[in-house]
Amino acid sequence: MEEDKKTNRRDFIFTASYALGAVGVGAVVWPLIDQMNPDASVKALASTEVDVSGVERGQSITVLWRGKPVFIRRRTEEEIAKAKDVKLEDLPHPETDEDRAKNPEWLVMLGVCTHLGCVPLGDKGEYGGWFCPCHGSHYDTSGRIRKGPAPTNMEVPKYEFVNSNTIKIG
Amino acid sequence: MSDHEYTPKSKLGKWFNDRLPLLTLSNHLQEYPTPKNLNYWWTFGGILTFCLITQIVTGLILAMHYVASADLAFGSVEHIMRDVNYGWLMRYVHANGASMFFLAVYIHIFRSLYYGSYKSPREVIWIIGMIIYFLMMATAFMGYVLPWGQMSFWGATVITNLFSAIPFVGESVTNWLWGGYAVDNPTLTRFYSLHYLFPFLIFGLVILHIWALHVPGNNNPIGIDLKKPSKDTVPFHPYIVIKDLFALLIFLIVFAFFVFYSPNILGHADNYIEANPLVTPAHIVPEWYLLPFYAILRSIPDKLFGVIAMFAAIFVLVILPWLDTSKVRSAIFRPLYKQFYWFLVADVLILGYVGAMPAEGLYLLVARVATAYYFLHFLVILPILGAKEKTLDVPLSLTEPILGGSPKEAMVKKNKEI
Repeated sequence: MEEDKKTNRRDFIFTASYALGAVGVGAVVWPLIDQMNPDASVKALASTEVDVSGVERGQSITVLWRGKPVFIRRRTEEEIAKAKDVKLEDLPHPETDEDRAKNPEWLVMLGVCTHLGCVPLGDKGEYGGWFCPCHGSHYDTSGRIRKGPAPTNMEVPKYEFVNSNTIKIG
Repeated sequence: MSDHEYTPKSKLGKWFNDRLPLLTLSNHLQEYPTPKNLNYWWTFGGILTFCLITQIVTGLILAMHYVASADLAFGSVEHIMRDVNYGWLMRYVHANGASMFFLAVYIHIFRSLYYGSYKSPREVIWIIGMIIYFLMMATAFMGYVLPWGQMSFWGATVITNLFSAIPFVGESVTNWLWGGYAVDNPTLTRFYSLHYLFPFLIFGLVILHIWALHVPGNNNPIGIDLKKPSKDTVPFHPYIVIKDLFALLIFLIVFAFFVFYSPNILGHADNYIEANPLVTPAHIVPEWYLLPFYAILRSIPDKLFGVIAMFAAIFVLVILPWLDTSKVRSAIFRPLYKQFYWFLVADVLILGYVGAMPAEGLYLLVARVATAYYFLHFLVILPILGAKEKTLDVPLSLTEPILGGSPKEAMVKKNKEI
C-alpha cells in the first residue's frame, strides 16, 4: 500500500510537469502559427467606396475589395423578374432574390465562385447570369448557384448606399 | 547489407574512421552487392538524385536574382531571362527540370508497381518514397506560383481553395494559408520561403530512402530474395555506377532537348501575363504532372467529396503494400496482374488527358469512368488477385533457369516461402 502511494505522488508530479510543459510549448507555438493569419495592414483595407453613377441598366462593374473582385450589376427589369420567378425548392442553396438584393436594381456580390475561387464570367451560362469557366458552375441573375460543383450562392458582402451614387462595401 | 568489414588502407584513414566511420559508410556505395539482373528501369533512382541536385543548384542561383514581391516578382523573372548572365539557362533548366523530375519519378513509381518492389520487406522504402512524391508535388506547386503570372495566381487560388472544402473551419484555414482574404503578396512570400525549405526536406528523406533500401537490398526483375553477396550479385561500383551514368546520359539528351529546343512547350502561355486578380483565364490547367489528380478532383460533382477523392488517390498508394496481398513480387510471374497493370497505366494516362480538357460532356464521362477504375484497381482488383490469381513458378535463383542443377536444400526452402 505504501509503495502505491509513493508511486501516485510521483505520477502527480509527472502529470503536472507534462501539463505545464504542454502549456509552455503551446504558448511558444501559437505565435509561430498566428503570424500567418491576415496582418494589420491587410485588415486595415476593410472597406471601399465605389462611385456607381456611370453604370447603366444591364451593365456591371467589377471592383477590388480585400483582394477579391466584387460584382456590382445594375439589373434590367427582365433580369429582376427572372430572378424573382424562381421557386425556392429549385435552388441548391435556397435564398430569395429580395434577401440578396435589398434594392432589386442593384446586385452587389463577391465575384468569387464558391467552388474553388475563380472569377465567373458575366452574361453567360444556362441561367443568363454567370458561368465559371474553371469547373463549370452556372449562376442565375441573382448570383445563385443552379448547376455545377459550387456548393453555395455567390456571397453578398456587407454594403450600403452612402448616397444614390455611392456604394460602400465592407 | 554488405557482410564485409571495411578497413581503410592508410593510417590516417584508419585513425579517422575509428573516430567517425564515414569511410565505412561511403564504402557502402562501392561494395554494396546489387542483383546482377537489374534492367534499365532500375537506373531512375540515380537519375532522380541527379534531378534533385540540379533543382537545388539552379534554384539557389535563381534565388540570388528573384524578388518575392507581388509588385516585383513578374518583372524580376523577366530580368533573369533578359539581363542576368545565363539567367535564361538557369530558369529554363529549373522549370523544365521540374518536369523531368516528375517524368523520372513516374517511371520510378511504375517500375516499382510492375516488379512489386513495394512488398515486404520494402514497405518503409515505399512509404518514404510516397512522402517524397507528395512533397515534390507541394514544392512544384509553390514554385509555379513564384513567377506571379496568370496561371501562377489562379493555380494558387484553385489549389488553396481546396482547403475551403473542410467543414466549419475551411474559411479560417484558407485565410490563414493566404495571410489575407485572397491570394496576394503575403501568400507569395510564404510560398517562396517554403519552396526554398522543402527541397532540403526531400534531400533528407532521400537519404532515409536509400538507407532503408540498403537494409534488404534491391529488388530485381525476377522479384526473388537473393543471397548476398553471391553469384547472383555484383558490386555497386563499377557495374551499377557505369550503367546508371549511361542511362543518365540518355536522359540528359531528352532534358537538353526541352531546355534548348522547346523550353516553353510544357508551360502555359498565360503565365507570361502578369497576375490579375480580376480576370480568370478561360481555361485553368495545372502542370502536366498533376493532371491525373486534377481530373479526379473535377470528376466528382461535390466540392468536399472531390477534394477527398483527390487526396484519397494519393493515400491509396501509401497503403498499397497491404492492398496487394500476392506473395509473388514480379509481374513476370503474375499473368493476370500483368494485364491489370497495363490497364492501370492506360487509366492514369487517360485521366491525365481528360484533366487537361474542359470538364464537360464526353470528357467528364470519361473522367468519371477512369476515376472509378483507378480506385477499383487498388481497392478491389488487387486484394482479389492476391487470393485468386494462379501465379507461375518462380525460379530459385537468378542462375537456376539457365544452369539448372539442384540448388542447396537450404535455398530451396527459403525460396518456397516467398
